[in-house]
Amino acid sequence: MKGMTVIVKKTTQILAGMIFLYGSYIIVHGHLTPGGGFAGGVMLAGAFILITLAYGSDFLNLKREEAGSTATENGSVLIVILLSVAGLLLGAKVFFLNFLPKGTLGELISAGVIPLYNVFIGIEVASSIFIIFLALVIYKEEEST
Amino acid sequence: MITYLMCFILFLVGLYGVITRRNLVKIAVSLSIMEISTFLFFALVGYIDGGIAPIVDPADPVKVYVDPLPQALVLTAIVIGLATTAMLMAVIIRLYRKYGTFDIREIKNLRG
Amino acid sequence: MNPLIPLFVITPLAGAFLIMIIGRFIAEFNKYFTSLVLLFLACISFYFLFTTGEKIFVYKVGGWEPINRVPIGIYMVMDGLTAIVVCIINLIGFLSAVYSISYIKRYTAGNYFYALFCLMIGGMNGVVLSGDLFNIFVFLEISVISSYALVAFGVESNELEASFKYQILGGVASFLILFGIGFIYWKTKTLNIADIKEAFNNGYNKTTYLFIQILLLSGFGLKAAIIPFHAWLPDAHSSAPSPISAMLSGIFIKAVGIYVIIRLFFNMFTTSEEMAILITTLGTLSMVIGVFLAIGQWDIKRLLAYHSISQMGYVVMSVGIGMILIARNTKPEIVSLAIAGGLFHLVNHAAFKGLLFLNAGAIEYTIGTRDLKEMGGLAKVMPVTSATSFIASMSISGIPPFNGFFSKLIIIIAAVMGRFYLLAALAVIVSIITLASFLKFQRYAFFNKPDNDILKDVREVPFPMIFSMVILSIICVLLSLLVIPEVRNAILMPAIEILTDPAKYSTSILVQ
Repeated sequence: MKGMTVIVKKTTQILAGMIFLYGSYIIVHGHLTPGGGFAGGVMLAGAFILITLAYGSDFLNLKREEAGSTATENGSVLIVILLSVAGLLLGAKVFFLNFLPKGTLGELISAGVIPLYNVFIGIEVASSIFIIFLALVIYKEEEST
Repeated sequence: MITYLMCFILFLVGLYGVITRRNLVKIAVSLSIMEISTFLFFALVGYIDGGIAPIVDPADPVKVYVDPLPQALVLTAIVIGLATTAMLMAVIIRLYRKYGTFDIREIKNLRG
Repeated sequence: MNPLIPLFVITPLAGAFLIMIIGRFIAEFNKYFTSLVLLFLACISFYFLFTTGEKIFVYKVGGWEPINRVPIGIYMVMDGLTAIVVCIINLIGFLSAVYSISYIKRYTAGNYFYALFCLMIGGMNGVVLSGDLFNIFVFLEISVISSYALVAFGVESNELEASFKYQILGGVASFLILFGIGFIYWKTKTLNIADIKEAFNNGYNKTTYLFIQILLLSGFGLKAAIIPFHAWLPDAHSSAPSPISAMLSGIFIKAVGIYVIIRLFFNMFTTSEEMAILITTLGTLSMVIGVFLAIGQWDIKRLLAYHSISQMGYVVMSVGIGMILIARNTKPEIVSLAIAGGLFHLVNHAAFKGLLFLNAGAIEYTIGTRDLKEMGGLAKVMPVTSATSFIASMSISGIPPFNGFFSKLIIIIAAVMGRFYLLAALAVIVSIITLASFLKFQRYAFFNKPDNDILKDVREVPFPMIFSMVILSIICVLLSLLVIPEVRNAILMPAIEILTDPAKYSTSILVQ
């Protein structure tokens, strides 16, 4: 699809980086403030979708099968499952155990394995929503031409 | 008590939309209204009188907090609703390409 | 805390995403990997079936122990009833996966098919194994969304329309269930099934209790396709690919519909006579209306889908008779006979309906049509398909010595001993009409003489499909051994005791 006018492109250049940064902030502080993996992941996907809408898919050279996004999505889910199964092998041998040391209340690096879960679920949700957007927009326009 | 009744009325509005609308996209939007009313009901259930938001402040940690469990359940349910709506939209786009219309009275191949 | 219990959920989920990554590089990886994973799960489930007995295994996820006897973790529970349902899920899933090794050649997106298949099996295992009400909802949604995508797999206009109808009705059902869970949390402040039973023992408001029961019965009844919630079933089950039809009709409507209704209404709510009469009426209506709608069908898979509604009516009617007799405090022998008949018919129906759908898929694979008026004389050219289809048709109609006869006999005896003579008479009449319908199917498909020469180059189907059909027909014959008292006491009695004893489930879980 074709891109938009020059004003939209210039504004997107400034804004997309800030949206990405804000999404990452919400993911990483998921154990201290409301938010976490899901909400932060949706905002990350919003940054990518904004760039695709403003510049057009011809400029960005998007192929039919977006292999990169599918690989990150599947890889992140496998890492989440691996982390949860790791509780079966270390410590008290229970599924989904919190096995890293928990720090003091309110610090950024604390609460065991929960921030790691947040990061990988955030990457996974961002990849999934970007794939849904591509499947509904790019494939439609490729089949109708 | 009034707020619980309003949630239920919103649920019935969504159900009315699913039953009587003819356009496929309007049926999908009414299903979304139904699910949003359920989330509002869930979030209202956890309210305790005089409580504040359940974020622990290390300076003075002892207060009356609102129940945080329904909020976690609503977060999960929102993601499930997103997946359902995305699946529905994909099928609607393919249906438009096969039948050429959005009217549900024209899509009647399977009968009997 | 047995570490094998979470494997039922982790293995299919990890397998699905592994298939998507590795299947891009190695060509035939997805088919054999799925069959291996499901064979492994079937072996573990048989191990649990023969060692569970009277015990209830509880697995607390994350290791969160109860504080002041209030359960705060997510529980996974394995008891007698769960062991039976987990066995049929994984066994029929394995046979469908082997069948689809050669059936899937007509579709091009094989990777997605097997990934969705594994996700559906993982979701169903999660529903059956969970002891927590919201966990049931989350795994229910995982398996149901996978089945929406699988019904619309070959994207023709019929299949897309069937999937759209299925999605709208399934979506309404999911939000009814979520509303009911919200009400339960409002009144009892807990989500653990055993703890909700204790909280309701302390007194409840009668109107709210009835409202919650009606909401949950409507939501799960829509998933189980009881009359009047059956409108999506004929379209969805006839438009799906054949191994998916066998799984949808064989285990899906049982694992996410009938199993949850049985678990909630026996172990969570105290049995009252009004709800029991309502459930029995719905079951009887399903039984009668399903078979009358099925007589006039000429499409093979639509005929089999309507018969699914009728046979599920048998199970719901039998379980409802058990509930009425518990509410009236009659002798425990009649109650256990009624519930045993219901559970036995559930297991039988999974076997022979799965086999019938696999046969319909084999017929469609070779000839290419599903209309009964255009085929005939297949008994000479397809001997294995014809023999297994004959065994399955005799089983579903209730002819001795196959398994359908014994389960229907137990249901009719239980109805007569509980003095429900009208229901017993209706069960016999419906069984005779089912026999008539399947004799029509056998004659037109296999023993007729076709008037055009469609039989020119028709051969027997490839080996993986023959393997699945033969194994299922052997299981159909072997299941009739469940009527012998020693075998029945080992397998069915633990499930019946958990359902009929009002305090055993909740006290056994809360002390662990």
